Amino acid sequence: MKLDRTTLTIAAVTVVLLVAGPLLPAWMMSLIKISLCYGIVVLGMLVLMRTGLVSFGHGLYYCLGAYAAAAHDKLANSLAEVGDASGWALLRGILRLPKMLVDALTGVFGPYDIAVMLVFSVVVTGLTAWILGFLLRKYREIFFAMLSLAFSMILYGSLVKSSALGSTDGFNIAARSVFGATLEDDSLRQTIFVSIVAVTMLSAWLVNLYLRTHRGRLAEAIRDNELRVEYMGASVRRTIHVNYIISAVLAGLGGALMAINIGHIDPEMAYWTTSGEFVFIGILAGTGSVLAPFLGALIFETIRSFAYEYSPNTWQMALGITMLLVILFLPGGLWSLFRKMRGKAA
Amino acid sequence: MDTQAPLSLKLLPALLVAAALALPAASHAQDKPIRIGLVTFLSGPAAGPFGVPAKMAAEAIVESLNAGKVPAPYAAKGFGGTPIELAIIDEAGGATKQVAEFRNLVERQNVDFVIGYIGSGDCLAIAPVAEEMKKLTVLFDCGTPRIFEDASYKYVFRTRSHATMDAVAGALYLLDAKPGMKNYAGINQNYAYGQDSWTDFTAVMSALRPKVEVTTSQMPKFGAGQYGPEISALLQTNSDVIHSSLWGGDLEAFMLQAMPRNMFASSQLILVAGEPYLHRLPGNIPDGTIIGARGPNGAYAQKSALKDWLIQAYKQKAGIEPNYPAYSVAMAFLGLKAAFEKAKARSGEDTEAVIKALEFSTFDSPSGKVMMKLGKGHQAVTGTAYGATKTVNGQITLTNIKYYPVEQVQPPEGVKSLDWIKDGMKPGKW
Amino acid sequence: MVQLLAVLIDGLIYASWLFIIAVGLTLIYGVMKILNIAHGSLYALGAFTSVTFTSAWFAHGYPAMGSYAMLALAAVVVGLVAGPVIERGLLRFLYGKDEVVLVLVTYALFLILEDLIKLVWGVDPLFVQGPKGETPYALLGNFSIGGLTYPTYNLLLVGVAIVTAIVLTWVLARTRAGKLLIAVIHDRETAAAMGIDVGRTYFVTFTLGAMLAAVGGALTAPTVSVVTGMGAEVIVIAFAVVVIGGLGSLPGAALGAVIVGLVRAASIHYRPELELFAVYFVMAAVLIVRPKGLFSAAEVRKI
Repeated sequence: MKLDRTTLTIAAVTVVLLVAGPLLPAWMMSLIKISLCYGIVVLGMLVLMRTGLVSFGHGLYYCLGAYAAAAHDKLANSLAEVGDASGWALLRGILRLPKMLVDALTGVFGPYDIAVMLVFSVVVTGLTAWILGFLLRKYREIFFAMLSLAFSMILYGSLVKSSALGSTDGFNIAARSVFGATLEDDSLRQTIFVSIVAVTMLSAWLVNLYLRTHRGRLAEAIRDNELRVEYMGASVRRTIHVNYIISAVLAGLGGALMAINIGHIDPEMAYWTTSGEFVFIGILAGTGSVLAPFLGALIFETIRSFAYEYSPNTWQMALGITMLLVILFLPGGLWSLFRKMRGKAA
Repeated sequence: MDTQAPLSLKLLPALLVAAALALPAASHAQDKPIRIGLVTFLSGPAAGPFGVPAKMAAEAIVESLNAGKVPAPYAAKGFGGTPIELAIIDEAGGATKQVAEFRNLVERQNVDFVIGYIGSGDCLAIAPVAEEMKKLTVLFDCGTPRIFEDASYKYVFRTRSHATMDAVAGALYLLDAKPGMKNYAGINQNYAYGQDSWTDFTAVMSALRPKVEVTTSQMPKFGAGQYGPEISALLQTNSDVIHSSLWGGDLEAFMLQAMPRNMFASSQLILVAGEPYLHRLPGNIPDGTIIGARGPNGAYAQKSALKDWLIQAYKQKAGIEPNYPAYSVAMAFLGLKAAFEKAKARSGEDTEAVIKALEFSTFDSPSGKVMMKLGKGHQAVTGTAYGATKTVNGQITLTNIKYYPVEQVQPPEGVKSLDWIKDGMKPGKW
Repeated sequence: MVQLLAVLIDGLIYASWLFIIAVGLTLIYGVMKILNIAHGSLYALGAFTSVTFTSAWFAHGYPAMGSYAMLALAAVVVGLVAGPVIERGLLRFLYGKDEVVLVLVTYALFLILEDLIKLVWGVDPLFVQGPKGETPYALLGNFSIGGLTYPTYNLLLVGVAIVTAIVLTWVLARTRAGKLLIAVIHDRETAAAMGIDVGRTYFVTFTLGAMLAAVGGALTAPTVSVVTGMGAEVIVIAFAVVVIGGLGSLPGAALGAVIVGLVRAASIHYRPELELFAVYFVMAAVLIVRPKGLFSAAEVRKI
């Protein structure tokens, strides 16, 4: 197999991050980690945006992924309780499956293992997206955006109501091991960093591969004209559904990684302003490359954090003005800047 | 699209290196002032009632401390003779952002200590990070008991009592004022603090008066603004008492909408966090409303040289009398100063020594004596007070003030708040 | 029975408020295809300005009844200043861009205006009150139905909502300007080709929309304490109303407001614990049954 340039770039970025990361000051490491977590969510937005759809409710999966990772035992237990209460043997059996899985995995790896947490976030967000996808794949444009928003706000409301999960205060979580190897202090911090880099870069690589497959290429055709795609005999709905699930799982992974990284989760992750930020980073980055979302997130986080520091009273205004400038002068996103620079260089 | 990729490769490290060079040198000379990071709400609904008063109080306190104008035992300039300065950031934006900003505060702004956090969610999220970064952090205003009941920390302190006593003392005061009450209703915001306030209050009531009934519990959205239907629902229950932990703009909107509808003609109102805006509500709050200040703060603080100093310093800055968040922030600064100076006299002013000095310490504040007695010496306790409103010459004053000692309103070490309440609130050993 | 009556009255009052804040939003979307997040800020701007105006009125010792004129004046001033500034100064450079990009532009605008409001009015909640404690909210007295007391001000709210709905419907259906507007709503390009000045239509629409947002804010100001961040709370619920009714539809906004108002009032009276979700459940349910809202125009499929 011939290695394409994106693959090489991803590999190189991975190596640079892993080698240079530990040499950087801790606040910069933290900035990079947060940007990678946001970046993978926005990567999910990018997969969806290629079909022409923008979700104003991706916080749904970002938040769900985090809660699935952090509270997988609580979720599994309460599902099992619901099953037991139903009195139907079949339902009880099905709803007990997650608990059995949690118990089995905890038995092997111990509680709060990073790998187990990530697996749960993938399973929960993937299943939820699969179910909601049947409905959402029929919607386009602003209606898709608003229906997504409604679902994310329903999750927000449910979490605010759950005092067992700390309501708006949320709760703290601490990862304890990876693949069964117990972690403490320095080894924990390093492992979290390596996990974030590995998962995000691997995802970027896989998305890059996917976008080159037949179905992956179909997305852009759908964005340009659905009817033509249908006339060619391809299923628009199925393609959108698949892209929706991929996008949700990526957002869920972002949430789970963020939860592991920050050590705290709360319902704010599902609030519409969080989703709005993802859309913004997506537009800021542009859909030019699978690495664009990560760069977009890094720049967004850097601007935001310095705005907090230098104009604590008007950081929203600073952010808003930056947004307007990007939209007015870089309509193709930051990636188009690189394209222009290359164009001049060539 | 792939052809652009290598450029990013060249740019990313370059960007990082540039950012690294922009870092201020992390040297820390002795004669430099002590930098304190102050995190408080500068935007959003909590800014007006809590965040900005706390910020103004902090600025007034720092100026006063640096000028050596604080009464004994805090007369030494700054912290042990070294002047102090503030690095202020906004608490708005949620816990995830606050964790990132905490790191930036510690590493980019090189603060020596952090005083901050009004939101309980932010406090919960920051505590483990402060621990990881080994940065002495004093939480000054958040209320949830979970911080030190669910975990223990070395670098994290809270210099105000947690919120359990607000519900306990409130219920005790209410039962004194209205011994014959048969039922009560609640209106609290639908978020953690509102839910906790209501849960605690109902638990205390059912422990003290099992026969008193709950008629309805309204939980409007945080920042809802429009309370018409809630007020109708409350009016219909005709309850003897209405309990509320609303604050800020929501409280004012509720009062503005409820007063014209004669809501309080037959219902006694208790506002557990009603103090910060009392001076703004003349004509919009019925006489006899029971008011909490989340501790012996503001009008409930007993007369002392320190209280006079805080009022005078704050008035100079803000033009009005300080409210309870201002008292909270004063506790944090004075507690830290006392510990810093004790440590300096004993062994040195490094963080470890200051921690040792702050643990289990007792210090004076404008709200009276503060004892760091819970959470292995990291969580403060004070008694508390409640009173009722009375309008005098168009100004709202607080009368019938009753004080509640620590053992009556706070669970002892090792007992969780809700368990203690359900067990009948037996006074512990202090 | 009394409870049912209370649900109806509370629901209708709330619906009137919702309609006033949502109608400008749906108008702007219908004509310009911009889902205007900054609508919330314009609403807040209306509220803050009306506090300033009424306070000045009271400070001069003028008769309290005149404070209502100040509310109206504040709305008009905000509409006439902010509307043209935003449309001419920013939006007109961006027409023809993707809908989502336009949403982001208004989001950026929203962030900027939030801080601007903070810089001008500070963070303290403000409320309208005369020297003797008189407020426009309580000034009109109360009325009673079924043992429940309501301030008459609420009737004013209902009245303004109904008049707004009637006037806008009449303008759209009966006047030349309204018919031109409908032509633009239907097909911008053809309308432009027929010689309609689309730019002018946009200018007028946005100014009118901004004014309606400010009216909402000015009418709300006496009932609440005006506080920074109030725009963010309002915008999502206004979106919900507009989406339920069908984006860009005037009767849709009215029906959406009534549905949301009644559902919210019913949940508060019967199941208060569900209040937080009620609106979003309605929105999801309506969209599932009618994917483009209750009143939606059929779209031409372009091949």
